[in-house]
Amino acid sequence: MSAGRKINRLFSFIIAALLFIPNIAFAEYKLNLTEGVTSISRDAYSLHMLVLWIVTIVGVVVFGIIIYSLIYHRKSKGAVAAQFHESTTVEVIWTIVPLVVLVLIAIPATKTLLEIEDASNPDVTIKVTGWQWKWQYEYLDEGINFFSNLDAKSNEARQRDSGIDVSTVEHYLLDVDKPIVVPVGKKVRFLTTANDVIHSWWVPALGMKRDAIPGYINEFWTRVDEPGVYRGQCAELCGKDHGFMPIVVKAVSDGEYQSWVKDQKLAMAEASAGSDKTWSKADLMKRGEEVYNASCAACHQANGAGIPGVFPGLVNSKITTGPAGDHIDIVINGKAGTAMQAFGQQLNSADLAAVITYERNSWGNAASVVQPADIKAAR
Amino acid sequence: MSTVATSHDTHHEHHPTGLKRWLFTTNHKDIGTLYLWFSFIMFLTGGAMAMIIRAELFAPGLQVVDPEFFNQMTTMHGLIMVFGAVMPAFVGLANWQIPLMIGAPDMALPRMNNWSFWILPFAGSMLISTLFMEGGGPAFGWTFYAPLSTTFAPASTDFFIFAVHLLGISSIMGAINIIATILNMRAPGMTLMKMPLFVWTWLITAFLLIAVMPVLAGAVTMMLTDRNFGTSFFDAAGGGDPVLFQHVFWFFGHPEVYIMILPAFGVVSQIIPTFARKQLFGYASMVYATAAIAFLSFIVWAHHMFTVGMPVAGELYFMYATVMIAVPTAVKVFNWTATMWKGSMTFETPMLWAIAFVFLFTIGGFTGLMLGVAPVDFQYHDTYFVVAHFHYVLVTGAVFAIIAGAYYWLPKWTGNMYDEKLSKWHFWLSVISVNVLFFPQHFLGLAGMPRRIPDYAVQFAEFNMMSSIGGFAFGLSQLLFLYIVIKSIRGGVKATDNVWEGADGLEWTVPSPAPYHTFETPPAVK
Repeated sequence: MSAGRKINRLFSFIIAALLFIPNIAFAEYKLNLTEGVTSISRDAYSLHMLVLWIVTIVGVVVFGIIIYSLIYHRKSKGAVAAQFHESTTVEVIWTIVPLVVLVLIAIPATKTLLEIEDASNPDVTIKVTGWQWKWQYEYLDEGINFFSNLDAKSNEARQRDSGIDVSTVEHYLLDVDKPIVVPVGKKVRFLTTANDVIHSWWVPALGMKRDAIPGYINEFWTRVDEPGVYRGQCAELCGKDHGFMPIVVKAVSDGEYQSWVKDQKLAMAEASAGSDKTWSKADLMKRGEEVYNASCAACHQANGAGIPGVFPGLVNSKITTGPAGDHIDIVINGKAGTAMQAFGQQLNSADLAAVITYERNSWGNAASVVQPADIKAAR
Repeated sequence: MSTVATSHDTHHEHHPTGLKRWLFTTNHKDIGTLYLWFSFIMFLTGGAMAMIIRAELFAPGLQVVDPEFFNQMTTMHGLIMVFGAVMPAFVGLANWQIPLMIGAPDMALPRMNNWSFWILPFAGSMLISTLFMEGGGPAFGWTFYAPLSTTFAPASTDFFIFAVHLLGISSIMGAINIIATILNMRAPGMTLMKMPLFVWTWLITAFLLIAVMPVLAGAVTMMLTDRNFGTSFFDAAGGGDPVLFQHVFWFFGHPEVYIMILPAFGVVSQIIPTFARKQLFGYASMVYATAAIAFLSFIVWAHHMFTVGMPVAGELYFMYATVMIAVPTAVKVFNWTATMWKGSMTFETPMLWAIAFVFLFTIGGFTGLMLGVAPVDFQYHDTYFVVAHFHYVLVTGAVFAIIAGAYYWLPKWTGNMYDEKLSKWHFWLSVISVNVLFFPQHFLGLAGMPRRIPDYAVQFAEFNMMSSIGGFAFGLSQLLFLYIVIKSIRGGVKATDNVWEGADGLEWTVPSPAPYHTFETPPAVK
């Protein structure tokens, strides 16, 4: 979207808002909370509307009285100040009335809260682990385990001065390379935790946000009513790329879900087979670049230069050009007390071999090739 | 007391001049002025950072700064506005006004007063200097949640910790001084329930400060030892607890937000009766409501943490306790309304800011009630809805009250009236732009935009652009305020002693500008 078009849209928005034609004007803009697709999100929405109406009515009454007073009780209109300055009756009334209103709000809020916090008897359990800056999903009953990163197109466009018009990128910043899939109509329980700092898993249409905290396992549940794709983001500041770890949930029929589960299991078996063979350098470099961009470039940058003082560079560094053993060790086990994660838990041996080979042979580095067998030996 | 009185009897005109006057001063008016100028400089500094934030958020995509620097800006903006701008501004108003309002010759502990101010510029400079250190400044938000602020933080965090310690020492000393002054130095006849409401709100605020600043100091000390001495208070891998940090922080943090709003209630409660030419409605209930809010502020902290996974009983308790705050707050708004009702109002600039405060702070209060309802907070939490909420209470609440107070007492401080026409421009530009700035952020939050992100999905583009335009306009409008203040210092229509027709209180019985020493003989209060 060009700046001109943007300004046009802004103007048309302001004019439409003035004319107050909500349906036409706000087709693209959302003004209110989503109703969502779960009972939780609908309950939250109706509570939201209840309180919103209450405060609106209170606001209209109180502001109306003040405005009346501002108009009629001014000195220029000849108003003479009255002498009253207290009234026990009035003060008791306007203390009790808000109390009663609060009780009226608290009753449905309590009911909803008790329902939200009952995650018993789930059909599917998915463990969600927050990492800087991606999500890991483990389907505990199925043994499915994968990472979900910001999709490549958004990632390219979001680089500073990328020159890419972000409005041409579909679902900019709200798309991932691999969404999670849940069956419609089933109670899905999420267990959230984190590997490094605190993250927060939030999909507005599901009506729930829960922090993912290292050392804690939190739980919440959802039952999606309608098939569809629902998007969200990390909601707790988790460092540099906090704004770039979206969440995509695909809700499908039970049949589709079962076949997705089967496909995932097949794919995982294939991947582990790749870890048993010996790869050519070209294949390792090709795969390595993909893995590097998904897992390493956020900190060490696409050109390997890092960010001075924050994330070390890899160009001609002691690790990337020194003995392969040290390089393998730091990638597999991470470095305690720093942002360097233990990628041994995240990537299979073939991907680790590929990315280490890529780091040792890119940006002018010329060191050894590492094979999956070397990784297996070091694990 | 008698020794203080004697030393004041001798030749007090012989005070140092030039830079030394300000460095060594123990005079409450000088120190008040220093506090106010310091806070205004910090307001512009933190404001400049907000301009960078709004410039980056003007359009989707990253154009102006990198995400790492963006996070440093949001962090420093928050820290500077809270600890550098709003808190010192209220201490400045307290220094100037409390002795004048209670008929005391100065603050009870003038040397400590000097020290508590002069810590601030050093602490503030140290905090800002972290931006120029290797690895950058703090980038973990003004709430500095562990472990992002411990294991994963830049090296400069240790300077941030030291700066917070210093700011805390300054605040605690300021609070002790205010309590000692109010309890010991009131003019004969001024009983507690005859004190102006600004003095009351500050007395209660000072107790809050003494109670919670040590808690903050404890939190940053634990961070310090986690970072440097191998402890694991907040590190799960070492048996510690990251959620503990949030409990400790918000046990400080929630009273802290009332530390920033209670004196604002006090300022507004002085201004509205003056320009309504009518006594404050429900004085006693105002005092009790302030005390009730202060008490409640200690028992609601975990409503900032509904999403951390508390037991459901905890969530219910914190929800009930939180919405209770609406009762005393509503009482205050009703009292201001009843004060204006059947008054004889005029709308000089301080009154305009005070009325805007009542309207806009109330909007912030409404969204506060919404946020207190736990099941919906799961949706609102950490979105722009929260950003809109706390800017309504802190900018159109606390900052508007500070500006209202500055216009209200400026003629007493400088002896000159400010430029009424320009100051009305300042008001209208500010009040319109601040709503263009913050009102659309409610919509952004409800539509699902998280806070503290440097870039956003394209459906958020229009409201962000509106918000940025409002932000630039609001920022520029404050330069007008600077000009108006300087103009009033340099000259203008001479102010009368009483300044305002409906003004009531001891501060209006002394000449304008207030002489260097006032109330050397205590006035009698009927």
